[in-house]
Amino acid sequence: MPPATGGGLAESELRPRRGRCGPQAARAAGRDVAAEAVARSPKRPAWGSRRFEAAGWWALLALVTLLSFATRFHRLDEPPHICWDETHFGKMGSYYINRTFFFDVHPPLGKMLIGLAGYLSGYDGTFLFQKPGDKYEHHSYMGMRGFCAFLGSWLVPFAYLTVLDLSKSLSAALLTAALLTFDTGCLTLSQYILLDPILMFFIMAAMLSMVKYNSCADRPFSAPWWFWLSLTGVSLAGALGVKFVGLFIILQVGLNTIADLWYLFGDLSLSLVTVGKHLTARVLCLIVLPLALYTATFAVHFMVLSKSGPGDGFFSSAFQARLSGNNLHNASIPEHLAYGSVITVKNLRMAIGYLHSHRHLYPEGIGARQQQVTTYLHKDYNNLWIIKKHNTNSDPLDPSFPVEFVRHGDIIRLEHKETSRNLHSHYHEAPMTRKHYQVTGYGINGTGDSNDFWRIEVVNRKFGNRIKVLRSRIRFIHLVTGCVLGSSGKVLPKWGWEQLEVTCTPYLKETLNSIWNVEDHINPKLPNISLDVLQPSFPEILLESHMVMIRGNSGLKPKDNEFTSKPWHWPINYQGLRFSGVNDTDFRVYLLGNPVVWWLNLLSIALYLLSGSIIAVAMQRGARLPAEVAGLSQVLLRGGGQVLLGWTLHYFPFFLMGRVLYFHHYFPAMLFSSMLTGILWDTLLRLCAWGLASWPLARGIHVAGILSLLLGTAYSFYLFHPLAYGMVGPLAQDPQSPMAGLRWLDSWDF
Amino acid sequence: MWGFLKRPVVVTADINLSLVALTGMGLLSRLWRLTYPRAVVFDEVYYGQYISFYMKQIFFLDDSGPPFGHMVLALGGYLGGFDGNFLWNRIGAEYSSNVPVWSLRLLPALAGALSVPMAYQIVLELHFSHCAAMGAALLTLIENALITQSRLMLLESVLIFFNLLAVLSYLKFFNCQKHSPFSLSWWFWLTLTGVACSCAVGIKYMGVFTYVLVLGVAAVHAWHLIGDQTLSNVCVFCHLLARAVALLVIPVVLYLLFFYVHLILVFRSGPHDQIMSSAFQASLEGGLARITQGQPLEVAFGSQVTLRNVFGKPVPCWLHSHQDTYPMIYENGRGSSHQQQVTCYPFKDVNNWWIVKDPRRHQLVVSSPPRPVRHGDMVQLVHGMTTRSLNTHDVAAPLSPHSQEVSCYIDYNISMPAQNLWRLEIVNRGSDTDVWKTILSEVRFVHVNTSAVLKLSGAHLPDWGYRQLEIVGEKLSRGYHGSTVWNVEEHRYGASQEQRERERELHSPAQVDVTRNLSFMARFSELQWRMLALRSDDSEHKYSSSPLEWVTLDTNIAYWLHPRTSAQIHLLGNIVIWVSGSLALAIYALLSLWYLLRRRRNVHDLPQDAWLRWVLAGALCAGGWAVNYLPFFLMEKTLFLYHYLPALTFQILLLPVVLQHISDHLCRSQLQRSVFSALVVAWYSSACHVSNTLRPLTYGDKSLSPHELKALRWKDSWDILIRKH
Repeated sequence: MPPATGGGLAESELRPRRGRCGPQAARAAGRDVAAEAVARSPKRPAWGSRRFEAAGWWALLALVTLLSFATRFHRLDEPPHICWDETHFGKMGSYYINRTFFFDVHPPLGKMLIGLAGYLSGYDGTFLFQKPGDKYEHHSYMGMRGFCAFLGSWLVPFAYLTVLDLSKSLSAALLTAALLTFDTGCLTLSQYILLDPILMFFIMAAMLSMVKYNSCADRPFSAPWWFWLSLTGVSLAGALGVKFVGLFIILQVGLNTIADLWYLFGDLSLSLVTVGKHLTARVLCLIVLPLALYTATFAVHFMVLSKSGPGDGFFSSAFQARLSGNNLHNASIPEHLAYGSVITVKNLRMAIGYLHSHRHLYPEGIGARQQQVTTYLHKDYNNLWIIKKHNTNSDPLDPSFPVEFVRHGDIIRLEHKETSRNLHSHYHEAPMTRKHYQVTGYGINGTGDSNDFWRIEVVNRKFGNRIKVLRSRIRFIHLVTGCVLGSSGKVLPKWGWEQLEVTCTPYLKETLNSIWNVEDHINPKLPNISLDVLQPSFPEILLESHMVMIRGNSGLKPKDNEFTSKPWHWPINYQGLRFSGVNDTDFRVYLLGNPVVWWLNLLSIALYLLSGSIIAVAMQRGARLPAEVAGLSQVLLRGGGQVLLGWTLHYFPFFLMGRVLYFHHYFPAMLFSSMLTGILWDTLLRLCAWGLASWPLARGIHVAGILSLLLGTAYSFYLFHPLAYGMVGPLAQDPQSPMAGLRWLDSWDF
Repeated sequence: MWGFLKRPVVVTADINLSLVALTGMGLLSRLWRLTYPRAVVFDEVYYGQYISFYMKQIFFLDDSGPPFGHMVLALGGYLGGFDGNFLWNRIGAEYSSNVPVWSLRLLPALAGALSVPMAYQIVLELHFSHCAAMGAALLTLIENALITQSRLMLLESVLIFFNLLAVLSYLKFFNCQKHSPFSLSWWFWLTLTGVACSCAVGIKYMGVFTYVLVLGVAAVHAWHLIGDQTLSNVCVFCHLLARAVALLVIPVVLYLLFFYVHLILVFRSGPHDQIMSSAFQASLEGGLARITQGQPLEVAFGSQVTLRNVFGKPVPCWLHSHQDTYPMIYENGRGSSHQQQVTCYPFKDVNNWWIVKDPRRHQLVVSSPPRPVRHGDMVQLVHGMTTRSLNTHDVAAPLSPHSQEVSCYIDYNISMPAQNLWRLEIVNRGSDTDVWKTILSEVRFVHVNTSAVLKLSGAHLPDWGYRQLEIVGEKLSRGYHGSTVWNVEEHRYGASQEQRERERELHSPAQVDVTRNLSFMARFSELQWRMLALRSDDSEHKYSSSPLEWVTLDTNIAYWLHPRTSAQIHLLGNIVIWVSGSLALAIYALLSLWYLLRRRRNVHDLPQDAWLRWVLAGALCAGGWAVNYLPFFLMEKTLFLYHYLPALTFQILLLPVVLQHISDHLCRSQLQRSVFSALVVAWYSSACHVSNTLRPLTYGDKSLSPHELKALRWKDSWDILIRKH
């Protein structure tokens, strides 16, 4: 804490009023000098006027909330067709209602809530959600949209309360609320069946409860303290459960908690036991509780989705065995691989498929002219292979021979069942990946040469040396060249029927491309077991679904010649997203931030950095600030700093991401940025007023400044509201259009 | 004034003999038999090409780092009189006699050798004992991986040299700060810090990490300076200004200077020209410049032009058309317009010529005076050899069904009218002029009827399109993207009225006058941008490794194998040093955390000056390790063990610091201290022993038997080459 000059008196006066966690406006909680500014306001309210003030406070909050709900629910039913990503998330809601398994790169909570909202509002899950623009007709979609709009409406009061708590200033809070209410982008994003309103709801809830529990810090372990702390934990679980972007708010709460604990640890009046209690409470509420809730959402997800559906193929064979309707469900096959077994071999990387061969040869000029070996995603007779000993060609299914199991390290031959050719590799370059060796089918009726020999290795050998169906991860090492059988995932040209390339890679790297498992298994000499025994446990399912999600996320790579949205486009509102409609006859909705709000935000960040560093340097130089200025600069540095951290954490990580990015990824950061704007302008205006003039005039300057900002944003909303509520008629390029004068950037196409 | 007459002139020299000895040993270990092996070793094959380019002054583009590194290596070649005539095609190829191997390898080896005394000095400047400083230097001296890397024509040792120089000079500067700010040596070390930082960045982008570290430490110190209220405001301002100039302005200027020298040195056109824009190519001697020299600047109606796509991915190419038509029905059953194909073709060809025609007139020649084409003008593009005009219509493109097909219009009389009007948009037009200029203007063609934009989709057409690239009309064009932008490369004013005559004209090379030059900043920004944007897709290498494998030395790189015997060179570290370095780092982290927590509870284990020393040493050494290592986890490029060497150097610096700290502060009695020293000596001798055992793999001077080689394979993951007999 900086040396507060002349603050001693105010401090002592404040002490009895500290620690009220309720939402009183004149509350002066917190351990910083910030309170002084408020405390020094000339008329200390008496008890009677305090009640009046509280009523005014509630009225303002109600007004803000009402306005937010009104703007979000206005014309919610338009357009009555699928807009943009509703096609995905509405469809996924339907999947929950129909209980069919699907795959998505985001965790399930958001879509589950959408499904639930649909279910409760009488949607029966029969609409197909095929493509944007399809009419809903008689299907009930308002429940789902209403639910998203409901959550999206809470953003404004949450931001209002957060800023109020950080700055202790009603005008800052009002300004923030106005910026968010009148932002066309936030409004548009809240009106459709999307994950973003749900995600932002949880992010803001976490931020609000974190700020609230910070201001309860002087009454630890009291009921409100526990309430806000555990609510933070719940909101964190919610945010992470909707999208992985929730990690950023977790990071922010984590940093805040570490700073908090560090502060407590340095307080020598607290015993180590007390500090230990603090630590335990936070571990319980911020780590254990969210993890439990997050896991629970997955448990519900897997319980609800019990039928086979479009997501099966993304998951491993063992996983598929749980889904009713999948051909592995309730199947029974022999457990351990033996010589003579007929098997299908599946690559462990998703969307590669089964090892496959067919009667077509590699074309002239591409390696040796032998039979093609590929991977194929669909079930087919040509996926069947017979596993044989490398040195004998006798039929192992002859009942006179004893059963011999295949073990880790055995030298084997894989004979293609339909064509009786052996899996073969040699020193010819592979068709697409020139550094790898070609893999072919070779030999006649199972007689080939020594290039047909493969060593079979089990990667996860906790099951012993035998090879288990579905569970064992195996590698095939070519004996002569020492390379590993794998699939590069590249699509072969037309001569290869656009199946995927199989190669033998000389680089012994641990990648899933070269790891396989056995899926189907036929061997009449072995007893069948039910696959239910092999079903993975819940932790395994959880782990696998996370691996698949992460891979799916990083697989969303932009194409070279496509225009993609770059993170630097976002804060300057460079380009929006078309939610609905292209031509001038369509009902068009365009996701674009209100440029006045966004550019004001951008300016505020720069101003904040400037004024913040001036104040910080002045304080470091030991400048003696008047108490008023010291209080305001504390608000600016602490409150503003926290919000700026939020903006940083929700924006800059996107620069490091390799996946495809969209404009709407910026909106969580935009919320923080708007809060910063509120705090900054309020503080700056107060500082200006203080520096310029005597008291009554100063108040006038402050009020006038805030009012003009409020009116300015409201007017800009009036100008730009057709973007969110929809417009029909000529495009903005056309001078006839009512939006003609508003196309301030060439890159906006509405 | 005449003082020197009254008193004798005395020169007292203070020579630190241990420093001299360390330098001597460093030189010996790095320079001994430097020309052996007289063959291309590992990445020499890669850097060698660029040295040859420098020797022949041919332009090249390399995405691995800024040009200073290559220039340092080329300096060696220049001093040795290398003429650049060597075919760098294969690792292990014998050098021909014109290659001055010794001088090519000399500079990296010198840099490696000088790192040894610098390690000594850094630890000394951190105010640790002479003994600890010797320890750091001796560890650097015997580290096998550092020796291998410095003895070859590679850049890591130079990078490490400048990293250490930056840290050392910052420390010297910081120590000057206390007693004599703004003195000569203060200025010298401050400036040297900035220079060393920019040299490190100039050698490899990795140098940025150390630069950031030094900047960070300097910022913290500056912050303390601001808080020092004994200094006047003016004085603080001067301090900050001096730092800003030395640590921010000088590096930027030097970095630009590297590029300036680079562009002066390599001024001839070469094999990488194609990647650069036409304007850049035209600024090189030979190549495109020879063709474009003397072209008319302003494109006029009737001009004959070739149009190059600005984006140039997957390959640079020119708008092209030929006699063949789109197949009536594609393989997937969709139909086409069956009109003449328009493609993008990556080679120069007579079919790349187009004539800019005024839709209101019929003539295909430039009128006199020429009427230049301006932004917003309506044009038709007529294909020179077939005189059919560029057309697009509402038919799905062959490979990108969401976009429109682009064709050269053939009238089949089937009520499909020609839609061949395009509006010209000059993307980079200046405020003063809106004339379409050869090479300089980047233009978009917007179709008048459908507002589709002419675009290179990046897909290769199947065999019917001769595997050329697909051109489409993009209807939903969103924002600026290079694939929709074109520029005129070759240009001349058409003069022939008749088609025959015109074809002859098209076949003849272009001519006329006017030369153009890009400014240095334009050339620099383009070159820098291309270097950063260039992505090599070759992500697999036999010896690539992941950062996690580096800490425990689970991987190695085979650099070279003797063609006949089994003498071989490996990049393989001294496992004792690697493991104890990582241990020391862990100890440092744990101890610091412990001290921090205790200090927070007001228990001060260390006296203040010892604590400050400990923190500064950690910030530079442990911090140096962290900034040079952790970022690799975020990188997607192919990584090799040698990327870890800068981080390792900082780890080695930390080792003696931690050892001395344990001996000074944690050993309570004299006895403990003696036992600890004995342990340290034993540990160091074991490191020496390991170093000596691995020596044949470091220098590659001795052919070991398969049995001995197997005995050296201490980890299963080490790949040591054993010949099969």
